[in-house]
Amino acid sequence: MKREDLRRGAVAICVFLLLWEAGSRSESWFGYAVPSVSQIPPPSAVLLEMSRLMLEPSFWESAYLSTLRVFEGFFAAMLIGIPLGLAMAVSRTFYGITFPVFEVLRPIPPLAWVPASIIFWPTQELSIAFVTFLGAFFTIVINVIGGAQAIDIRYFQAARSMGSSTWDIFRRIILPATLPSIVVGATVGVGITWAVVVAAEMISGGGSAGSMGGAAGGGLGFFIWNSYVGGSYTQIVAGMVTIGIAGYISSALLRTVGQWITPWLNEG
Amino acid sequence: MHQMPRAPSLHASTPVSLGSQISVSKVSKSYGAEGFAKDVVSNCSFTIERGKLTVMIGPSGCGKSTLIRLLAGFERPTSGTILVDDRPVTGPGVDRLVVFQESALFPWMSTYDNIMFGPRARGEDTKAMRAFAETLLQKVGLSAFRKKYPSQLSGGMQRRAELARSMINQPNVMILDEPFRGLDAMTKRLMQEYFAKLYDEFRRTTFFVTTDIDEAIYLADRILIMTNIPTQVRAAIDVNLPRPRQVENITESDEANAIKMQALGLLHEEAMKSFARGSKAAADFVDAYAKRVNKT
Repeated sequence: MKREDLRRGAVAICVFLLLWEAGSRSESWFGYAVPSVSQIPPPSAVLLEMSRLMLEPSFWESAYLSTLRVFEGFFAAMLIGIPLGLAMAVSRTFYGITFPVFEVLRPIPPLAWVPASIIFWPTQELSIAFVTFLGAFFTIVINVIGGAQAIDIRYFQAARSMGSSTWDIFRRIILPATLPSIVVGATVGVGITWAVVVAAEMISGGGSAGSMGGAAGGGLGFFIWNSYVGGSYTQIVAGMVTIGIAGYISSALLRTVGQWITPWLNEG
Repeated sequence: MHQMPRAPSLHASTPVSLGSQISVSKVSKSYGAEGFAKDVVSNCSFTIERGKLTVMIGPSGCGKSTLIRLLAGFERPTSGTILVDDRPVTGPGVDRLVVFQESALFPWMSTYDNIMFGPRARGEDTKAMRAFAETLLQKVGLSAFRKKYPSQLSGGMQRRAELARSMINQPNVMILDEPFRGLDAMTKRLMQEYFAKLYDEFRRTTFFVTTDIDEAIYLADRILIMTNIPTQVRAAIDVNLPRPRQVENITESDEANAIKMQALGLLHEEAMKSFARGSKAAADFVDAYAKRVNKT
C-alpha cells in the first residue's frame, strides 16, 4: 500500500470513530439524543471492553473456536471445490451430470441448512463446520468453472501442436490459467465463511466444543448472542469488531498468498 | 505418430533438414447446416515447397485463417486431401507449428519457460535443448528478458518470443498467420528483418499468411494470391530476388515493383468482387488501393 493510501485510510477510520463517539454520547455532550445512534455504546467504551476481554481466556477460546471452524469449512471447501470445479470444466459428461444438481443446491442459503445439518450430523461441531463449508464451497466451484472455461482456445491449440499430452495440458495450461479465478473464489469465499459461521453459532446454540463449556464454548457468534441475552451491549459490539478484524486478516492473508502464487499478474 | 524434431542444429548455416513438403489438393471446407452450408474454401489446390518460404496473400475475410486451421489439423476439410510428405493430415502435430495472429504466449510462464514449453512437453529438457534455447533467445534479442512474463514484454518482443518458442521445436513446416499484424510500422519492419534473418539461417519450409504486399515480396520465394471467398489460388508468383534481401534494395528493384503491380492488380479484382457484395473489409481495401495507385 502507498503511503498516501495509508494516510487516507487512517484519517477515514479516525473520522468514523469520532462521529460514532459523538453520536453515542450526543445526549451528554450536546443535550440532544440522536435517535437510535445514541443507543449504541461509544467506541471508547468498546475499546475498553475489548482490552478487558483480551485478558479473559474464555474470550480467546471463543475467537479460537470460530477461527477453527472457519478454517475447517474453508479448507474442506477448497479441497473438494477446486477438483470438482476443474472436473466439471474439463469433462462435458461430468458437467452434464453434476451441474443440474449443483444449480438446484446452490441458491439455498447456507443458513437454511442449519436445522437439517443439526439433524444429519452426529455432533453440533460437525454441523456448524458443514454449514461453514457450504458458505465457501459454491462460490469456489463457480469461480473455478468460470475460470477454466474462459481459457483461450489458442493456448490449447498451441500446446497441442507443440506435442503436449492431455495430462501436460492439464498441469501446465488449465491449472495455472485457472489459478487467478481460484484465488478470487477463495478470497470471496472466506468472507462468506465468517458471515456463516457466526450465524450458525447463534442459531445452533454454539456447539459443545471447548474446555470451558457454556458461553465460552460457543465461538464468537454465541458470544455475541450471549452478550445480547445478558444485556451487555458493549460486549456485543466488541464481538462484532473482533469478527470484522478477523475477516479482514483472513482476506488479507489470502490476497498475499494469491499474489505469491500468481506472480505473472503482479508486475504489469 | 508425429515426427519428432531432430537434434537442434547449433550451426544453422548447415541445416539438418529443409522440412516437409505440403500438397493441398482439391480441398473444400464449408460451415453451417446441410443444405445451408457456406463454402469458405472451395476446390483449392497448391503446394508448399520444401525449404521454401511461401506467402499467401488475399483480401481480408477470404478464408485464409480457415486454410491455416486445416493445414494445422485443428479442423478437417469437407473434401479433398492435405498431404505432408505423402502422409495425410489427421490432426495437430509437432511437425506443423502455427504462430498465431495475436500472441498466444502463456501468460503464466516466463519468456524462457515459454520457449522451453515444447521440449518439456515431449520430455526433451536436455542440455542440448537448453543450449538451443539460449541461442534462440540471443537471436531474437531477448536474452535479458528471459525471466520476464509476457505481460512485461512489448508487442514486438512478444512476437519474437513466440517465433523462438516455435523454432525450438524445429518443425518441418512453420505456419504463420499474419504474425506481425497490429504492430506499428517501425516494429513491423524490424520484425520482418528478424524473421528474414531467421529464415535465411534455418531454411525450413515456411508458410506465411499476410495482407501486406510489401511484406510478401520482401519475404517470399513464392506468393500465392487468393481469390475472394470461397477461396482458391488465383495466381502463384515466383519471387526470385536474391537472399539475403534488404528492404532498400527491394524498393528500388524493377522486378519487385513489377511483381507488386501484378499482385495489386489481381488483389484489386478480387476485392472488387467482394466489394460488389457489400463487404466492409473490401471497401477499405479498395480505398487503400486507390490511394496507393495515385501515389505511384
